[in-house]
Amino acid sequence: MTELWEALVTAVKLIIAFDPEVMQIAGRSLAISATSSVIAALICLPLGAVIHFNRFPGKRTLINIIQTLFSLPTVAVGLFVFVLFSSAGPLGGFGIMFSPAVMVVGQVVLITPLMLGLIISALSATDKAITDTAVSLGASGFQMSVITFREARFGVLAGLIMGFGRAISEVGLSLMVGGNIRGFTRTITTAISLETSKGDLELALALGMILIFVALVINIGLNRIQQR
Amino acid sequence: MSMALIETVNITQKYGKQDIIKNISLKVDQGEVLALIGPTGAGKTTLLRLLDLLETPASGRIYFDGMEVTAGKHLRLQARRRMSFVLQKPVVFNMSVSDNIACGLKWRKEKEATVSQRVNSALELVGMTGYANRNARTLSGGETQLVAIARALAIAPEVLFLDEPTANLDPVSTARIEEVLAHIIGEQKTTVVMATHDMSQGQRLAGRIGVIINGELLQTGSPNDIFSTPQNTRVAELVGIGNILGGVIASRDNELVGIDVGGSIIQAISEHGIGAEVHALIRPEDVTLALHKDASSARNTFEGSITRIFPVGALVRVELACGFPLLTVVTRRSARDLNLAVGNRVYATFKATAVHVLKRWN
Repeated sequence: MTELWEALVTAVKLIIAFDPEVMQIAGRSLAISATSSVIAALICLPLGAVIHFNRFPGKRTLINIIQTLFSLPTVAVGLFVFVLFSSAGPLGGFGIMFSPAVMVVGQVVLITPLMLGLIISALSATDKAITDTAVSLGASGFQMSVITFREARFGVLAGLIMGFGRAISEVGLSLMVGGNIRGFTRTITTAISLETSKGDLELALALGMILIFVALVINIGLNRIQQR
Repeated sequence: MSMALIETVNITQKYGKQDIIKNISLKVDQGEVLALIGPTGAGKTTLLRLLDLLETPASGRIYFDGMEVTAGKHLRLQARRRMSFVLQKPVVFNMSVSDNIACGLKWRKEKEATVSQRVNSALELVGMTGYANRNARTLSGGETQLVAIARALAIAPEVLFLDEPTANLDPVSTARIEEVLAHIIGEQKTTVVMATHDMSQGQRLAGRIGVIINGELLQTGSPNDIFSTPQNTRVAELVGIGNILGGVIASRDNELVGIDVGGSIIQAISEHGIGAEVHALIRPEDVTLALHKDASSARNTFEGSITRIFPVGALVRVELACGFPLLTVVTRRSARDLNLAVGNRVYATFKATAVHVLKRWN
């Protein structure tokens, strides 16, 4: 018990002292996940609009599939990306295996269904009368989409933040395709997993606290958005 | 063919297997004010949505200003930008009142100066200048309706569609909205097509009325035509002609006919011949009640007993059995003076000219 307590105290000291290793790992985690989130958002915002505003056969089924993929296992995505990008794989020529780039690719695959699904449901939750009103006031298809996004902005933003939250907290994918290389692809979650198995609880705890702090900030942000 | 601003040719609309609009052909002229009246669910809203090009008809054609707008996405947008529509339950965007009103103008890429000038005059028109910077979501029902009307008017539409503009509003807001509408109809000569279930509103605001029942356009005409000479019993019922009596023309003396209604003879003016099966339509307010038979010029006087009395607002509706059932309305005061009560015997009197005779088709 005293051992655990001492580890906790050391962890807090590491954070307060802005320990270079801790800060570097946390910064890399944030950078990789933020990049994945921005790329996923750039895919999901227009794609969500296309799916929501058009009628086509199989739309309901497509949305069901997207929602099913919310809980895509991270190791499954890891395996998929690994097979694609390993040196023998079809995309092996890019030579990005075990680099932050491939981690971003994996995270984009992982969070796209979640972001897309939440964006579509935020758009569906807006009153049908909003789109009718916009169209009747002379909005073109694009202008109507923009005003609908504006009306659904809190729900859409919540979807984007949820995507980021899933990206920064996953471990299986980063471990498999990133390789947990110190100073290069080591992120908060992979570091925690490694340090814990090594028995180096101080660093693991410090990183764990930072991760929980990030989760807390995201949650507070979400709550404030939903209260508007 | 005269050039109507809007013309529909045999349009129909189906939702699933249900026919909502059945073969409606309708012309609306420039500057005309047309009220569509009919019960809830008759298809008024769907017809407005078709005319505003929010929906495409299942079959038939729609012309706007001579162009066929049933086909062609670009043409529809162009035509739609010359109209605007105030929904029955208007919604405002989650932004300020003036930003709401500016939307249609910005979508038309109007200049900044034009936008602010038009927004201001629209706000002024509906008397909401003080609300410009309020978030539109915080407004009351009546205020929301006024903002929706201002937003629709800001783009200076050639046609304004209104769906039940005063449904579910308090009398004060209703009066204010009718005032605004009367102003734009009178001053700006905007073509207006409005759906309403309030007959008297149609009468007050519209130059022409179209009656829609069950997806069919049964009759169009001046308010006077519709209210005094409905072309069939469904229209008659809708416009509140409380007495629709089936009978046969039994006698004729020039224009004056005697209609046999279950043994009683009602005198009326009609061109139909003896033996014709007809409906005699009598408005309850055209029937007067008295305790004694008096010598008036009215041709029809019947003695009967009161079967039912029930108050309606400031009036009292009285049902009589006088050989046939007859509905009348009297003021509360005369109900008191005549000491009306169920079972009492009274005389009901109405003029021959108060009876509208319709040929029976079924």
